[in-house]
Amino acid sequence: MHGRPRKAYKPEEEAASAAKAVKLRSLQSQFMSNHHHKIYTKEAIDLSTKLLEINPEAYTAWNYRKLAVEDTLSRTESNPDLVKSILDEELKVVESALRQNFKSYGAWHHRKWVLSKSHSSVGNELRLLDKFQTLDSRNFHAWNYRRFVVELTNRSKQDELKYTEDMICKDFSNYSAWHNRSVLLSSLLARKADGFTPNEKIPEEYKLVHDAIFTDEDDQSGWFYHLWLLDQTVNVETPLLTSSWPPHGSRINLSGAGCLKKLTTFCSESGSFPLVLYFDKAVVGVSSSTVRIDSELKGNDDLVWEPVSNKNAQVSCVWVARVKYMSSEPCVPKEYTVKVRIGNSPGIVSSRGCNFSAPYELVFTAHVHDTVQEVPQEAIVSWMDGFDIWDAQSEDLNNLVNLDQSNTQMDSKWRQETIAEEIDLFRELSDSKIGKLTLARLLMAKAMISENGVKGVHYEEILELYNDLMALDSSHYHYYKDEHSVALLRKVTSSNESLSGHLFRYRDLNNSVCLRLNNLSLSRIASVEKFLFVQMLDLSHNELHSTEGLEAMQLLSCLNLSHNRIRSFSALDSLRHLKQLRVLDVSHNHIGEHTVDTTRYLCSSPLSNSEWTQDEAGRQVPSLVTKYWDAYFVLRDLNLKQLDVAGNVIAGDEFSSFVRQVVPQLVWLDGQKLGS
Amino acid sequence: MTDPLPPYPPLDPTTYDLIIVGTGVPSSILAAAASSSGNSVLHLDPNAFYGSHFASLSLPDLSSFLHSNSLSPLLPQSECHDFLSVNLVNRSLYASVEISAFEPDILEEHSRRFNVDLCGPRAVFCADESINLMLKSGSNNYVEFKSVDASFVGDSSGEVRSVPDSRAAIFKDKSLALLEKSQLMKFFKLVQAHLAEHDEATVKIREEDMESPFVEFLSKMCLPPKIKSIILYGIAMLDYDQDNAETLLKTNEGIDRLALYITSIGRFSNALGALMYPIYGQGELPQAFCRRAAVKGCIYVLRMTVTALLLDKETGGYKGVRLASGQEIFSQKLVLDPCISVGLESLSSLTDQQKETLRVLVPKAISKKEKIARGICIIRGSVKADISNALVVYPPKSLFPEQLTAVRVLQLGSGLAVCPPDMHVLYLSTLCDDDDQGKTALLSAMSTLIRPQVPENLQTDSVAENDNTEAKPVVLWRALYVQELVKGEFGGSISTTSSPDGNLSYNETVESAVKLYEQLMGSEELFKEETPQENTKEDNDSDGVELED
Repeated sequence: MHGRPRKAYKPEEEAASAAKAVKLRSLQSQFMSNHHHKIYTKEAIDLSTKLLEINPEAYTAWNYRKLAVEDTLSRTESNPDLVKSILDEELKVVESALRQNFKSYGAWHHRKWVLSKSHSSVGNELRLLDKFQTLDSRNFHAWNYRRFVVELTNRSKQDELKYTEDMICKDFSNYSAWHNRSVLLSSLLARKADGFTPNEKIPEEYKLVHDAIFTDEDDQSGWFYHLWLLDQTVNVETPLLTSSWPPHGSRINLSGAGCLKKLTTFCSESGSFPLVLYFDKAVVGVSSSTVRIDSELKGNDDLVWEPVSNKNAQVSCVWVARVKYMSSEPCVPKEYTVKVRIGNSPGIVSSRGCNFSAPYELVFTAHVHDTVQEVPQEAIVSWMDGFDIWDAQSEDLNNLVNLDQSNTQMDSKWRQETIAEEIDLFRELSDSKIGKLTLARLLMAKAMISENGVKGVHYEEILELYNDLMALDSSHYHYYKDEHSVALLRKVTSSNESLSGHLFRYRDLNNSVCLRLNNLSLSRIASVEKFLFVQMLDLSHNELHSTEGLEAMQLLSCLNLSHNRIRSFSALDSLRHLKQLRVLDVSHNHIGEHTVDTTRYLCSSPLSNSEWTQDEAGRQVPSLVTKYWDAYFVLRDLNLKQLDVAGNVIAGDEFSSFVRQVVPQLVWLDGQKLGS
Repeated sequence: MTDPLPPYPPLDPTTYDLIIVGTGVPSSILAAAASSSGNSVLHLDPNAFYGSHFASLSLPDLSSFLHSNSLSPLLPQSECHDFLSVNLVNRSLYASVEISAFEPDILEEHSRRFNVDLCGPRAVFCADESINLMLKSGSNNYVEFKSVDASFVGDSSGEVRSVPDSRAAIFKDKSLALLEKSQLMKFFKLVQAHLAEHDEATVKIREEDMESPFVEFLSKMCLPPKIKSIILYGIAMLDYDQDNAETLLKTNEGIDRLALYITSIGRFSNALGALMYPIYGQGELPQAFCRRAAVKGCIYVLRMTVTALLLDKETGGYKGVRLASGQEIFSQKLVLDPCISVGLESLSSLTDQQKETLRVLVPKAISKKEKIARGICIIRGSVKADISNALVVYPPKSLFPEQLTAVRVLQLGSGLAVCPPDMHVLYLSTLCDDDDQGKTALLSAMSTLIRPQVPENLQTDSVAENDNTEAKPVVLWRALYVQELVKGEFGGSISTTSSPDGNLSYNETVESAVKLYEQLMGSEELFKEETPQENTKEDNDSDGVELED
């Protein structure tokens, strides 16, 4: 139980405890011998009962009893009365063990096991639970078991919901009760039980949790429930398509290298361009059967869709397919219309099992110019000059960016109203840390579910709140910093005006689209779904630790990460998905500073050397591969022409020679042209 | 009481360390404490029941007790060879007694099922001094308590609002705005932090605030008027209007009162709130102490009046008492019920020394007397649906603009074995300077809460009129009386105990009894060698509160 001070033992209590230990030890050794010899006589079983009454934590004894019960049952299966009495005896033993220690995992588990054998005595279970939950209303074992019993008895979820409310009214400082409430509500809302629609129930729940939060804002249990409610308000269970490249209604120019026109041009070396679908939650099942392509561009009927994800190969927010426009026979330079129909046939499913249920059609035109042979890129890419300011008046941006396709698919009215009410309310509590954080989260939620162009999203206020929090609460500094970065990036992408302030064209590289987000003290990357069109990305002079999220930017060819806080090459792992990446600047980071890299476990094991002993570098310089294995695994998969690593501890002659082995096609290393 | 009683056998022994007359709460505590520290104690009561002014009685007994005036007829100065004998008179503490029975038949039918308190409305805080003393003395074994389910504060609109006195209550309260919940809880937390033992790093109320008026401090804490009113009258249980500069309470006293309330909540794991009530009525409390005293050797004689005091002829010092039976009993010290005094006519003949001995028994005619108006209603139904035992407080000016003091109303139900099922006993009280003023306030509270008896021919009309209003309970029986508030006094060999005070709890009563004990016996600690008995009850399914230390 909570908040009960422990008393020091008195000498006589210590003596009693020692005597108990002696008794326990002898019981235990007798029991173990029974167990090993598979003796399931009545005396042997009684012995285990005695043992468990003294020590309910004796897990082996519970397992022994299971075997004993199985043994007896195998001989008495035919007599239902006898079966019942055997199982009832087990329940009795468990109950007395729980009286001894109602937090005994073994005892609770044994009870579940007995009940799964026979449902006959389930009626008593809720009464027993009431007793234990009166004793300690926050006993999570009891709550856990309660869910199990409710499932068995088919007790109505509504009744259980009422029960959680009663418990919360007794003492609202009860995580278990709030949590059970969220579980029950989720399930009732999911199966659209009578009267359980989100637009009615969620606002009611807000009212309940307000009472808890405003009564005692120092108690965290209510805040947790509020966070869950906010999530229910902002997110829908079904996956939605957030953005795509090319975007709907856009016109892209396709050509080989060397195109000089000042147009949004995509130059590909491989005669194909990536088609990227960005979902709001990780999904499986994106394939040529769930996504249909309708186009005159030949050879694209059976596109191979690949998930772009570091963690799980089959589940991802981002899916990419390569659409061919220069197959064996050159196609006529003209405009081709491409229709992509997503989700007309079922199969795209979120990791929580919800179907992508809002079919979506995106149409774009691809203008194929000519089929000039690729001229290899040899010039050094400088991040210093060669940039043209983006013409804010140009139509191009609208063409490139289509912000938020998802919102229109939500019933957003009650959500917006709810969030607006919450914001008004929590301004009252904004002098506490949790109050500030919640207000910031609410304002972000408002930004997320507002329709495009709706004014009054207070990004400045959000950023200010996170700045305050960073100053007030240093132990959670990094969390606030990350959230600040997310808010800042959302602010940048919130409108074409603010985005175009960061956009440039790089003259020397076919007027590539360059997004410069340097010097913003970003610690985390977000809003990548808005940057899918970007070919050059400048993230220098920030506080990034990793490139996670950039894997969706399938058009990216140049990336500047200089002057950040990257500690190892394994933090660049996500870049392996960027097939177009040619230029990478990771100079002036912290790579090699920390000999023990705690992120190493995220990567493939360096010990499975069968993978690398077969390739060139692995054979040539095995010792260097072993030393720089994290760099090896990243660089091997990239087709880099230019790399900057100066200003890192790892940099040096040895590393340079290693890089030249692993990336033989490299032209520029740390600003020096490599001789052949 | 009119039955001729057989004459008592003479008491033996005839000499005691202490004689106590009257079995009220303070007298019973003294008896228990003195006998448990080894003194020989004789405890007398002129009544046929325990408890004196703290007793719980049937309706007829209650009526006759309130109406009875001088129980002892004035005796002639009796002859006595060895001592000077001074006759004692009983005077009634009660005035303006008005008793009306509206449905006598029903009451007659259940007449013995009532246990009605003389000193109501009275409840016990879980952290009350009386509970501490019961646990210390072991007399808790003789009483069982149940929780008072809820408490309310009335406002001028006639509405009653529940008193949000704990975290759970604030959470559940539907009438407080969210910000008010936050302000109230913050205030409670501040008080709790202030009361916490470890004084470092916790927020304390500043010294200058502690000396300022409590009501100003509450304003400083940004508490809105309705919450202030709840704290002042519903939790701190103040009597006088805190908007009136003459009767302001200081913050430190206010905090003490809140401390009692706050420490009461959650003291006993199966108590619902701060307040409890003894099953079978408040009269159980003095009886419990008396039983404890009897176990320790105290001798009890009921229906025994003390008619005269015996003083040493030469020194004028106290020697003993003469009983109504004629027997003379001697003791070192004597403690008398507050209604006993010396007849004025016998005073004139006394010497100064004798007057000095008797000083606490001389009626103080000049000083302005404080009074308390009390009311009892037997009602059919409940003032609050679904709640049987509840406290309702009407702060000053909430019933009518001229209301000077808070009116407290305590409703108790059959679960406490004080009345038959379907009925409730309603106690009301308010401090007052004169009888009419007090009764006006009580009647006003009654009319807000209960429906008067309507003559048969008018009944249908009024029902139609009040069709949509919530059915108020009907009054079956009503008593109104005004009780004098008499403070006990230590007077050397002869002392007096206090009458029931104007508070809801026994805290002050017990404190003054403990003080009197220390004065009588030297600063010996009360019940110091008692060890409370282990409570061995297991799996207690009753809803009674188990007192555990």
